[in-house]
Amino acid sequence: MNKILKSGLLVAALLGSTAIAHADCGIENGRVSIVGNEFPAIQTVGKGAEACATDSVEVKTNLTADHQKINLAGMTGNPAEYTSAIVANSSIVALMNDDVIRPLDDLVAKHGSDIKKNQLITIGGKVMAVAFMANAQHLVYRADVLEKAGVEVPTTYEEMLAAAEKIRSMGIMENPVGGAYKAGWNLAQEFTNMFIGHGGEFFKAGTAEVTINNEKGVATLEMLKALTAYMNPDYLTHDSNATNAEYRAGNVALMNMWGSRAATLTEADGVSDEVKAGFAIAGPMTVAGGDTPATTLWWDGWTVAKNISDADAEATFIALKNAIAPAILNDETTQQAVWLIDGYQPTDKATGVFAAAEAGSTPYPMLPFQGLLHTALGAEIPDYLQGKEDAAKTLADIEAAYNAAAKEKGYL
Amino acid sequence: MKHKTFFWFILPTAMAMLLFIAMPIVSVVTQSLFTPHDQVFKVVENCGPFGCKEETIIDNEAMADLNAEKPLGKFAGLAIYFDRGHLAVSEVADAWTSSDSIGEFFSTINNLPFYRAMGFTLSYTFIVTPLLIILGFMIAIAVNSLNGAIKGLVIFFSLLPMIINPLVGSLILFWMVDARGVFGSGLQWLFDDPTLSLKASTTLTWIMLMVYGVWHSAPFAFVVFYAGLQTLPQDTLESAMIDGASRWERIRYVVIPHIMPLVTFVALIQLMDNFRVFEPIVGFNAEAHAQSLSWIIFNDLAGETRLLSSASTTSVLTIIGVAILLSPVLVRTWRDFTRKV
Repeated sequence: MNKILKSGLLVAALLGSTAIAHADCGIENGRVSIVGNEFPAIQTVGKGAEACATDSVEVKTNLTADHQKINLAGMTGNPAEYTSAIVANSSIVALMNDDVIRPLDDLVAKHGSDIKKNQLITIGGKVMAVAFMANAQHLVYRADVLEKAGVEVPTTYEEMLAAAEKIRSMGIMENPVGGAYKAGWNLAQEFTNMFIGHGGEFFKAGTAEVTINNEKGVATLEMLKALTAYMNPDYLTHDSNATNAEYRAGNVALMNMWGSRAATLTEADGVSDEVKAGFAIAGPMTVAGGDTPATTLWWDGWTVAKNISDADAEATFIALKNAIAPAILNDETTQQAVWLIDGYQPTDKATGVFAAAEAGSTPYPMLPFQGLLHTALGAEIPDYLQGKEDAAKTLADIEAAYNAAAKEKGYL
Repeated sequence: MKHKTFFWFILPTAMAMLLFIAMPIVSVVTQSLFTPHDQVFKVVENCGPFGCKEETIIDNEAMADLNAEKPLGKFAGLAIYFDRGHLAVSEVADAWTSSDSIGEFFSTINNLPFYRAMGFTLSYTFIVTPLLIILGFMIAIAVNSLNGAIKGLVIFFSLLPMIINPLVGSLILFWMVDARGVFGSGLQWLFDDPTLSLKASTTLTWIMLMVYGVWHSAPFAFVVFYAGLQTLPQDTLESAMIDGASRWERIRYVVIPHIMPLVTFVALIQLMDNFRVFEPIVGFNAEAHAQSLSWIIFNDLAGETRLLSSASTTSVLTIIGVAILLSPVLVRTWRDFTRKV
């Protein structure tokens, strides 16, 4: 008994001594509760906010891949459970639609003079979020394989197809193209990229009327299908994780991948030296002779809930501002993302996202009804890719599915 | 039992049922009849790290009064039930008048999300349920004839599929049937076809899901039947043996009639369970090939913009489906009950 007590005390003492020294962020009191996605960069931000906890300031984080299923519900109540949600340009829309986040202009004026102007997300003249990182999908390839096949690094999807054909015909790889084409969100994202690359507009300006059922839509679907011919036959079940696993296993030479994942792509266990050495990043590709790259730009940022006391809102703002202060950048965290923070020095892993921004890529649309179209795309495109119906029928189905959903939500 | 005693016994259960079953159903039905108000839009300038752009947003100030006045939303009646995402009455009527053949009509119907999901859900229910009952019965008979020492071990292993969390179980199998997994590569070698992929074919995906369903649920049938076998009337069995009945005849004329009420029970539970098939579709990433009613509900709620009315409507339709499916079994149970009394 005595021994147990002693060892218990020892453990407690050890824990106490290793506890993080809490920085004084200048918050007097308040409650901070953050919900957000979990990937390395956001975990860094979460830890930064937690460092502001003191005896009178409670800081909690709930970082999970399912954040979108809980953030709206957790911010609707009064007082809201979450005082902040970390969102991206697509997911802020759901919070805006239901009016659960507050304008930050007064807090920015009071505490945020050092936040860079381009980090402020202003909607209709009001600051609604503070962005801290940028993201985009771009080409990731195997330099050694392309060299072996004697092809240049593709800058268009047509060149990518030609390169893939060459790699396959030379017997270097059976399925050289990779892509997150899992039915649902991922596949819809690939359609979105490719449709933008074709110069398409998703909606008639100022309305919720969808305009994808045209030649550009057909060309987009045809390009997606042409690419799948060079993919692992299971492509409809492959999300970003599965696609990356294929790349790591040395089965893929060309793929369109997220910048936030490219950084750590070859750092997993068991990746062969060949794959590591050949790993290279390039900018996004264009398609069908267009100028706009077939990709979308994304930001990740934080918001502050509407249904909380002003004191809690202030505490949340200060904690999160500290979490994205230049001081969080070190050798490890710099690699994690393309930070928008002052003092960030881009690493070579960031070249793809920078190239995407410089090439004039389009941000993912922040429209109230874009999410509904995304869902309809993800559900209907598999029929076309599996050859169950033609492109015209699939586009008509997408339109019908979207219209039904948009009517229900009161958008049409 | 005295009525008063019965009342106090049943009260906690009744309260729980009211709270956790009846009230949610009322809420789901209500939500399926209402939709959000017609949204008021305004075009504003959005600025961020990538520059400024004119974009449409919802005018929350204009919506606030409307939402405060009628928080439930706009009364839609059965409009959602009849839209394309559910019963799709106008699409079905169109298909009926424009199709030249019954085949064409059915292929058009099969393109509508609700009917496609219904097609898979019903096929799954009516193929998996009998197969798992047969398999469970066979395991029970086999285990019952084992002797004591290894019986416990075999029972434990037979129960494993049921003990494993359905998502974990399906994920393990998902990796095994991958084109690069043990099972997938094995099949490619067996059929000498390097492009064979279970996950890329709708038919093979359906078979895979159904095999998984039988594998996962057979232990339940086994446990119930095994318990039933312990109460077999030994004298009837012995007299059958004396009369010269073979092992098959004893099973056919003594064992099966004895456990028939249990078969009804297992069928009832499993019809209900299989109609709500969901986990394997998620676990096997099979949504491109197979969708069930439960999966549709999940998908409506998982998108960036949640479709609450649509999800509620599908839930109500699922409840109606379960009720229709169970009615023959329930009627049969009721008849058995009244006959005995």
